[in-house]
Order: sequence, then structure tokens, then C-alpha cells
Amino acid sequence: MSEQSPALELRRINKSFGPVHANKDISLSVDRGSIHGIIGENGAGKSTLMSIVYGFYQADSGDIFVNGQSCHIENPQSSIKAGIGMVHQHFMLVDTFTVLENIILGVEGGYRLSEGLAAARNELIRLEKEYALEVNVDAIVGDLPVGLRQRVEILKALYRGAEILILDEPTGVLTPQEADHLFRILDTLRKQGKTVILITHKLREIMAITDNVSVMRRGEMVAHVKTRETNQAALAERMVGRSVLLQVEKKPANPKDTLVSIRNLNYLDADDVPRLKDINLDLKAGEILGIAGVSGNGQSELLEVLGGMLTPTSGSIRFEGRELVGSKAFTARNLRKIGLGHVPEDRHRSGLILSFSANECTILGYHDKPEYNRGLRLDRKSMVETCQSYIQKYDVRPPDPYLKASGFSGGNQQKLVLAREMEQNPDVLLVGQPTRGVDIGAIEFIHKQLIMMRDAGKAILVVSVEIDEVMSIADRIAVMFDGGIVGEIAASEATETRLGLMMAGVRETRPGAKEAV
Amino acid sequence: METFHIIILLLDATFRVATPLVLAALAGMFSERAGVVDIGLEGKMLGAAFAAAAVAAVSGSAWVGLGAGILASIALSLLHAYACVTHKGNQVVSGMAINIVVAGLTPTLGYAWFSMGGQTPHLGGDARFKSITLPFAEAVHDIPVIGYIYAELISNHNIIVYLAAAAVPICAWILYKTRFGLRVRAVGENPHAVDTAGISVDWMRYKALMVTGFLCGIAGSYLSTAHGAGFIRDMTAGKGYLALAALIFGKWRPVPTLFACLLFAFTDAVQARLQGVELPIVGVIPVQFIQALPYILTVLLLAGFVGKANPPKSIGEPYIKER
Repeated sequence: MSEQSPALELRRINKSFGPVHANKDISLSVDRGSIHGIIGENGAGKSTLMSIVYGFYQADSGDIFVNGQSCHIENPQSSIKAGIGMVHQHFMLVDTFTVLENIILGVEGGYRLSEGLAAARNELIRLEKEYALEVNVDAIVGDLPVGLRQRVEILKALYRGAEILILDEPTGVLTPQEADHLFRILDTLRKQGKTVILITHKLREIMAITDNVSVMRRGEMVAHVKTRETNQAALAERMVGRSVLLQVEKKPANPKDTLVSIRNLNYLDADDVPRLKDINLDLKAGEILGIAGVSGNGQSELLEVLGGMLTPTSGSIRFEGRELVGSKAFTARNLRKIGLGHVPEDRHRSGLILSFSANECTILGYHDKPEYNRGLRLDRKSMVETCQSYIQKYDVRPPDPYLKASGFSGGNQQKLVLAREMEQNPDVLLVGQPTRGVDIGAIEFIHKQLIMMRDAGKAILVVSVEIDEVMSIADRIAVMFDGGIVGEIAASEATETRLGLMMAGVRETRPGAKEAV
Repeated sequence: METFHIIILLLDATFRVATPLVLAALAGMFSERAGVVDIGLEGKMLGAAFAAAAVAAVSGSAWVGLGAGILASIALSLLHAYACVTHKGNQVVSGMAINIVVAGLTPTLGYAWFSMGGQTPHLGGDARFKSITLPFAEAVHDIPVIGYIYAELISNHNIIVYLAAAAVPICAWILYKTRFGLRVRAVGENPHAVDTAGISVDWMRYKALMVTGFLCGIAGSYLSTAHGAGFIRDMTAGKGYLALAALIFGKWRPVPTLFACLLFAFTDAVQARLQGVELPIVGVIPVQFIQALPYILTVLLLAGFVGKANPPKSIGEPYIKER
């Protein structure tokens, strides 16, 4: 290998899945000892490209060079041999195993485990010191917080001798502080001469840590630039193909009456684990309340309780002065009828039926409305017409009311759900992860719609794990940690650092006191 | 002394009944820990019982019969693997299909080959595994309690009973202390992790299912060439399902599974003993009711007393690479 040759070079890579051309003639060169960002919208083909490099898929055509040498990568095994390690978006760990067992899986060294485990333990202690990656190797992975699980993944790659480390959307599950810690680790890796490829759709991260950045759009590589010679707006434009507003424009909120008041809400799950602890919140007309927090801290349960899908263990939810908990109205169906709309956070699980056509999904939950029925039969004509009007208003693509929900992209599926719930004109709208898996262009549109509803005097609750999203559209922000509300601040006073600390459970009400809840 | 004597007899019967359950449950453990539901234990045992008896009858050797039983069971296991690993079929349907096919095929072949109404010829001599008298059993027989237990309870079983007893620690060692075991457990929990670690998920599941076939083959052969003396149609009589229940009751772990098997076998021994016995007040309990006891117990245990069983996380799901 020569010193000049790039650590990884891709030449004219092509990959199709059926009719979808996921990667078109992709070429890429990654310098040794650098952090190279690959940015693009969801579905731009970033993950497919990296899966080809990791040997998960085979390219239809094209060549891969590692350290200047042509490399035929046909499965993860050969990629590992070539010195490539990957940290997947969804961790590839066995939750019931210890850290040590997870790390040696596949490289046990001999048929008996005991020797391999002992050797791995020593090697890991060395690696942990060298890269400042402290993890208790005897801990059960399922018990570790996500930030540590990610370190286990990085250690796993390093243990296999990875010289090139690919990280796929590594910060999706981290608090801003944890993400900063990850960046420090990546910086250490770079200093030790490792090459890092960072796949992300977050511009902030690209600017914070990378040396070079490549932009992908619709399966094509559209730009290679040095990070210090570009900026967020320019990159965003390259990703989307047109200029986008990163910050939504909105007038100051004009909050009026409290429509929903939640008091001392508690929820124990089936295993008697408290998921919601003494939640107190008010939703006001003409205001967007944002709930921030790392995913899995009770946000999902809060939405499901407010949406009538779960019954709280104790506490009260009042809507326009009327107690809902324990009343007949407290079901997912009846709450919608009295004016509480709900856009569930997981559109595949609860928002849509993927095998139903768009026009059928349009009436889900409202199928008993007289306009959709003619005697015992569904009124298909009116369903299609309604669907067509939603498609037009919300710019759903392709504009085909007969296409199955699974045939739409994530962003367009989300638009279908949003259209259905918003067009019922509810007084209160609960929205979970409004833009998860949605392209930047569509994000802008969805945010505008939510703000229009707010300006029309509706009360809106937005739960999102994207801190940027909460800061940009909410008027008031409450942060959840471990099932409780850590604090509530006005969006105008919110900074990433303040919210980040709250997301880690640090209360700031008592000055000077830094204590986890 | 009379009670003591009865208890020894009951435990002795328990061991004999528990042997095929333990082997089949351990067989199921490998399959299910690797993420493949194995409701076809019943069929594999039955197939092995037939093959072992038929070959033993023809060859005159119980060992050759055992080999045939194991091969038959492994073949059925590979069929299961082909359907639900290679072709990602539904594992329960594939298992049930194996059970049904074998239940029909064995008496058919038996009739065609031996013309004895679907049975195989009565096995005697070397064609059947005989009880082994352990060393000193005669000598210590008269020593109270300990000697008596050794001679009456521990000694005088056929080789497969001892094999089953040894299989428990061996399987536990394989599952927890070897590379193969680590990979089997990993592939049942998170096959994606196994795939990204550069190990073939399909090949791991094939290997685990072959181990399942091997152990299940011994269990089936025991029924026809050791416990019984020939094949009788449907002679497994639900033991495969019972073994599966014991595996779940034992939470997919070797030692708890052993105890679950012993418990089921004990109730079976008790029911055999209770038949026709007149009890105070109730009188003679109908045989059908007593025979149903082990199954009622199974249902009760599985319904209420197991607590939260944590099955291997990816059990029942064919592994398909995500896009």
C-alpha cells in the first residue's frame, strides 16, 4: 500500500432493487486518517452504499479499492478482513449477552469460549484505554444505556482490527451531550490514524466533525466538498436540489384558554414498571407545546395515554373542563369524536395499514362517518374524492388514491396520516414524531401546516426526539426524562445545551443543584 | 418400608418415562435457541422410533437400529430446515406437516414391509437395548437405604437412560461454554448481529437443527428399541409436545428443563399407579381422568405457574436481510 492512496475508493458503483435504482454510478474517495461525512435525505441511497462496502449487498457493477488495492467484498466476513468495521443505525448486538460475549461473537478463537474470552478481555482493556471508550465488559448489553451500546459497537469493530470505521446515523438515539462525546471519540480515532465515514442527515454534525463531505441525492453523488469550504445552507440546497428554509418562519404565539390540563398523571406498564411519573402539563389554544427527550423516556406512553390507547394508573386529564379519565369518552375513537386528534408516532404500527390503498387509509378511524357509507356498503366514490382532495392539498406523491400505502415513501405516508387527522379539524392535535423519516422538503411543509393550525387557534402537542425540530416549531418546551417532566421552558429561552442537560435528567429549577431524577 | 418401596418404584418409573422427554426437550432446546420453533419433535421421534425398530428387526442389532433412528430424525430435521430456513416458510406449519406425514407414513411403510398391521416385529435379544446392572449392585443391595437405592433405582436401566442423564450437562456445556453454543444463542436472539459478525445465519440454523435431529433420534429409538420392544403406531402419544412444554416450562434452559421433564414423568408414573386404586370417599377414579392428569398439569403449569417466560427473541421469524 502506498501512502498516497486513499483508504477507501469506490468507482462507479451501481445497485438496483427491482425497479428502484438505489445507487447510480457512485464514485467516492476517502482520505486515510480523515473523517468523511456522507449526507443526504432519507432514501438518497447512503445506507445502501455503505451496506455494499460492508458486504451486506453486492453491487450490480463497480469496483471497491481499499488502500489502493482492488478488493472483492462479497460478505461481511471479507469486509472485516479488509479492515472495514461498521456501526449500524440499529445496533447489531445480542441484548442478553455480556459486552464481552458480544464483542467476540464471530471471532471467538477456538471452539471453547473460555480462552477466547480471557484473551479478548485483555485486548479490550487495552483498546478502552487507547481510545477512551470505558465500558464494563461484564455488563449485560440489554441493561446498558444506548450511548454505551454504541461504544460496544465501536469496540467490536476495533477489536476486529478495523482501520476504516463506518457509522450509520450514529446520533439518532443520543442526547446532544452524548453526541458530543461520540465526536470526541471519533476525533481520537482520527488522531490514531483511523479513517471514519459518518453517514447522517444532520447538517450540524457534518459541520461539527468532518474533514470532507459528500452529498447524495436520489441515488446519485451530487457533490464532494471540503467541510471548511461550505456551510449548512449550501449543503441543504445540494441535498434537496433547491433552497430550503432551515428555520420555520412563524409569528409569536398568542396562547389563549387552556384546553387540556393534565394533572399527576401516572402510568404503570404490564410489568408494573412506572413509565409516566406525575406528569403535569397544560395545552393551550393557539400554542404548540413541544416535548423533547431521548427516545424511550416515556414520550410514547404519554402520547398513547392522551390518545386513549392506554389507561393511566392514576391522575386526571381534563378537556374543556370535563374529566376524561374513567369517562366513556376515554377511548381512541371517542376522543377523536370530541375533538382530540392524534397522529401516532409510528405510522406503520398505528397510523396506517400498509396493505390498504391510500383511499382506504384516508377513512381509517372515521369509517363510520355517514359521508363514507351508503347503507351497509362503503361509499368508494366519496372515499376516493376525499383522498384526492387530501393528496392535492398536502402534495402527496405519487397522486394516486388507489396505490397501496406501502407504495408511498415515508414522507408521503406521513402526509397521508397528517392529512387525515388535520382535516377533521380537531381542537387539540397530538403529533408524535411529525417528521420521522421525512425528507427536508416535506419537513418544511409539515411544520408550516402545524403552525397554520396553531394560528387558527388549535392546541398542539408535538413529541419529537429531534431537538432541532422541537426548538424550531414549539412555543413552549417540556423535557421528559425517565417518565417524568424535568422542566418546562419557553422556546425563546431554549438552547441546545440547556435542553441537552435536561434531557439527561438534570433539573435546573434549584440553582446550582445538579441531580439526576 | 412399604411406602419407601413404593416411592422407589415410582421414581424408577419416572426415570424410564423421563428419558425420551429429556432427550427430546434438549433437542428442541437447540432448535428453539437458534430461533426455529420445533413443534415437529413429535414427528421426528415417531419417525426415529419406526426406523430404529425396523432396522433393528432386520439387522438384529439395537445399535444399528439406533443409528437408523438418528439418521431418520436428522433427515426430517433437514426437511424442516429446508422449508423454514432456506425457503423462510412458516415454522409451525412445517413442524405440523412433519408430524402428520410421519404419523401416516410409519404404519403404511410398516404394513408394506412387515405385514403386521403397521407394527414392526417383536424385538428380542441383541435387537433391543437391555438393562445394565451397574458394578456392585448385587453386593450392596442389602445395605439399607443407600445400597437399596443404588441397586433398585440407579442400576438396572438401559444405556439410553444413562445417556439422557449425561446429555443434560453435556448440552449445557455446549450451549454456554463453546463457540457453537454462543452462536446458537446469538442467532436465536438477534440474527442480524450474527450476520454482521460475518457468520451465516442459515448455516448456523441448519447446524442447530441437525443437533436437534440427532438428539430426537435417540429419544425416538429409545421408545421402540429400549423402553418398548418394537414399533406400534402412534407410540409417541404426544411425548414430543410434552417435551416442548417442558422446554418452555424450563424457560429454554437445560437444567430447569430436566426438572420439568422429571415432573411430567413423575405425574405419569403416579397416574399409572393410581389406575384402579380405590380412594377414600371418591372411590375408583375413572381411568380416562387419571390418564389425562399429566396433560392437565401441563396446561395448568404453562397457563399459570411458569411466570414470565422469555423466549429467544427471534424465535419463529425467518431471517430476511433488511433493505
